[in-house]
Amino acid sequence: MSEHNSGEPHMQVPRYSGSARVNHWIVAISFVLLMISGLALFHPSLYWLTGLFGGGATARWLHPWLGVVLVVGFLGLFLRFFTANLPETTDWVWLARLRHVLAGREEYLPEVGKYNAGQKFVFWSQAILVAVMFVTGIGLWPAGLAYVEELLGFKATIDQRRMAAVLHASAAVLTIAIWIIHVYAAIWVRGTISAMTRGSVTGGWAWRHHRKWLRKEIGKEPSGPQPAE
Amino acid sequence: MSQLQPAFGLTKRSATTGALPSAKAETPVAKLIDVSKCIGCKACQVACMEWNDLRQDIEENVGVYDNPHDLSPNTWTLMRFAEYENSERGQFEWLIRKDGCMHCQDPGCLKACPAPGAIVQYSNGIVDFISANCIGCGYCVKGCPFNIPRISSADNKAYKCTLCSDRVAVGQGPACAKACPTKAITFGTKDDMKKLAAERVADLKDRGWSKAGLYDPPGVQGTHVMYVLHHLDKPALYAGLPENPRISPLVEIWKGAGKYAGLALLGITAAFGVVHHLLAGANRVTEEDEENAEKLRGGGA
Repeated sequence: MSEHNSGEPHMQVPRYSGSARVNHWIVAISFVLLMISGLALFHPSLYWLTGLFGGGATARWLHPWLGVVLVVGFLGLFLRFFTANLPETTDWVWLARLRHVLAGREEYLPEVGKYNAGQKFVFWSQAILVAVMFVTGIGLWPAGLAYVEELLGFKATIDQRRMAAVLHASAAVLTIAIWIIHVYAAIWVRGTISAMTRGSVTGGWAWRHHRKWLRKEIGKEPSGPQPAE
Repeated sequence: MSQLQPAFGLTKRSATTGALPSAKAETPVAKLIDVSKCIGCKACQVACMEWNDLRQDIEENVGVYDNPHDLSPNTWTLMRFAEYENSERGQFEWLIRKDGCMHCQDPGCLKACPAPGAIVQYSNGIVDFISANCIGCGYCVKGCPFNIPRISSADNKAYKCTLCSDRVAVGQGPACAKACPTKAITFGTKDDMKKLAAERVADLKDRGWSKAGLYDPPGVQGTHVMYVLHHLDKPALYAGLPENPRISPLVEIWKGAGKYAGLALLGITAAFGVVHHLLAGANRVTEEDEENAEKLRGGGA
């Protein structure tokens, strides 16, 4: 934690390490590319999006490989953050007061640790949906499926592959809807995005939204305020 | 895809919204395969290879007459040999079915295809793959109720029988029909083929095949390749010909209501964000919050 006496008057609280941020942006970029190439094949009116990849055949070829990148990246995020996302009793209080959350009345909410119940919902639902899309995605990927069938010694039936298509599309719609919520929340709650760009948030942001986490972070400091830089 | 793209009007075009340009409606055509007349000579397979310039890699003999083992990007039609011990008549029967695209009136491949114009149905009923538009996704494989399309590992495009659409466009019949020495394969308008089939079925019934009939499955609104079968009641005898083929309900959900429900959900979620921001405004950190944080740090030291 450091205080900048010139230019940036507010206290900064470190929230994400450099490697966590790189990990996040690998997942974010692959997610956006997967969403664009996936939506292009989801509805004919969005097929023009394949032009961003150099045509339908390239978009179709690239999509599963981008999926592999996302799965590996997401596994990294999962291992980093799952302990901080374990449910707590205050999560239920937070959820019960969702209308105060939406109205931005933090004073009516319990003190929150590193993540609130909404963030935990995003974390766990995306973890489940990524797993569903990984398994069903293999079912839709002829080369990948052949490899996995050889490896595990089974043969997917045509109805299993059709089911994979339905589940993959359904999970994709849900994951994009949750992604919209994730991005919107980061925009709505001003001061959040610096956590993933510079790695830190202001003390006021932490006080307002994650006070329990702020107390813990301050408690970690060996001897009170640290000098700037 | 055939070598020359015929200039028929289209009745269906994959992944295309809105109306198709109106075109002169061609007379529906059909290929009739009379299984009771087939002698299993494979002339049709050879003719298909020759006309479409396809060469299947040589495979290993595993002790069956089916050769090659399966349909492939280079094998658009295949004689499937089935042995049947007919206990009613006390005889052994060879049931030889020429497998290949059935050219459904309601084609599952076309319904599933996400690439605009990669699969079309001409107004004469022929379902054709337009390779230039194909992206090799394999959705047609999942859409097909007959397990027909195959994806080439060479160019990653889907292939199947074209019903020789290029030959039909210039007034010829399909190459397989032309080569068939017993006239087990005939080609003409769908009405004519149904009439011919009715004569054949009557003849077979006369000769004791009481269950003989025409396979023109209504589940896919009929097909433009039809079979005369001696055992219409048991189509599965003919190397697993499906009894009541239809586009799988899973494909219908995936390609039908699911799309609109999915897009609607995404639109509603995004609209919720916009409306919420308009009503609630930004959630900003106050100067008081910053001061409280400073105080906390001061106190916690």
